[in-house]
Amino acid sequence: MAVIVRIPTPLLSLTGGQREVQAEGSTLMDLIEDLERRYPGMKERLCDEEGNLRRFVNFFVNDEDVRFLEGAKTSLKDGDVVSIVPAIAGGLNP
Amino acid sequence: MPLKIYPPVMDIYELVGNTPLINLSDYLQNTRIQLFAKAEWFNPGGSIKDRPAREIILAAEKEGKLNHKKRILDATSGNMGIAYTLLGRARGYKVTLCLPENVSPERKRLLKIFGAEIILTDPLESIDGAIMLARRLYQSDPEKFFYADQYSNPANVLAHYKTTGPEIWEQTSGKITHFIAGLGTSGTLMGVGKFLKEKNPHIKLIGIQPDAPLHGIEGLKHMLSALRPSIYQEDFLDEIIYVSTEEAYHMVKRLLQEKSLFVGVSSGAALAGALKLAQTLSEGVIVTVFPDSGHKYLSEAFWED
Repeated sequence: MAVIVRIPTPLLSLTGGQREVQAEGSTLMDLIEDLERRYPGMKERLCDEEGNLRRFVNFFVNDEDVRFLEGAKTSLKDGDVVSIVPAIAGGLNP
Repeated sequence: MPLKIYPPVMDIYELVGNTPLINLSDYLQNTRIQLFAKAEWFNPGGSIKDRPAREIILAAEKEGKLNHKKRILDATSGNMGIAYTLLGRARGYKVTLCLPENVSPERKRLLKIFGAEIILTDPLESIDGAIMLARRLYQSDPEKFFYADQYSNPANVLAHYKTTGPEIWEQTSGKITHFIAGLGTSGTLMGVGKFLKEKNPHIKLIGIQPDAPLHGIEGLKHMLSALRPSIYQEDFLDEIIYVSTEEAYHMVKRLLQEKSLFVGVSSGAALAGALKLAQTLSEGVIVTVFPDSGHKYLSEAFWED
């Protein structure tokens, strides 16, 4: 079950610069576990110590914010596109 | 309380700066350390960014780089854009801003109401994508734009050298020993730091950085993983202190609950960093900066936690 994951600039160092990667999982949390196996360090960037999705990271499944779906339990299917988007635009900024 | 009388002002430019210094020393156990924060949301555009925006606009006019045939252009994730737009329109300039699409809705709405032209860039590329677009726009039509480029413009640093630094020196009667602030463009630390080091070379300068490349501290930049501002000179700093987004959120809520101070996330990061610094000192006078208020963060989820 391959899902396409779009990676934000701040995490490109973990994927060796790849902006899109493939991973597997029947839910968003499964997908994050699989990303962690493929790209170690990914999970702690996306989840806090209790395993909850971090407040400042937004996850979109085919352009729908998972906060309005089922959060980390949102189910995924083959061909879905998951975008990991920082909640703030910051970085270099003001 | 003694009554302070301020004379009437002619325009918004005169309202920039001269912000209050808030005493937060009671957050520290050690009574030999004092802690103060500059309340920068008192600026007319609501953030510290009014200072560099004013200096950048006035310097560009003086140098002949900005006139009424040109639009002010820059990349920003919010506060600087608000400052350019308000201060720019007060002198008859139109403003074009490149913003990552994930800028908070409050900011986009403010910028539209204030009259900026907004060009949204890919949210996955963060501010760096907006910077690249601003550069391309400028290169494609250099006659149309004055590219303000806050990350490279020496007027950004100069603004803090001329205003924020002297204010802090006066407000602490020259007793400041440590200046600690978040690193975004680095203009605040570079400018205030230069002024303070000239007054007293023993004063220490400390930069605050998010602890990870992917973070939620608006306005701060993870220098290791993003485009580095050319005004930033790391060797000018004595120390870097790292703060997590969760620590910043926690301090934002503490300031509201305990002090009735309604500040933004980078102010929470400033307090978290200053408290970490205080733990390493036996005495001193620490000054930090609270860049903006909480109003532009109302849509964030952490308030309800």
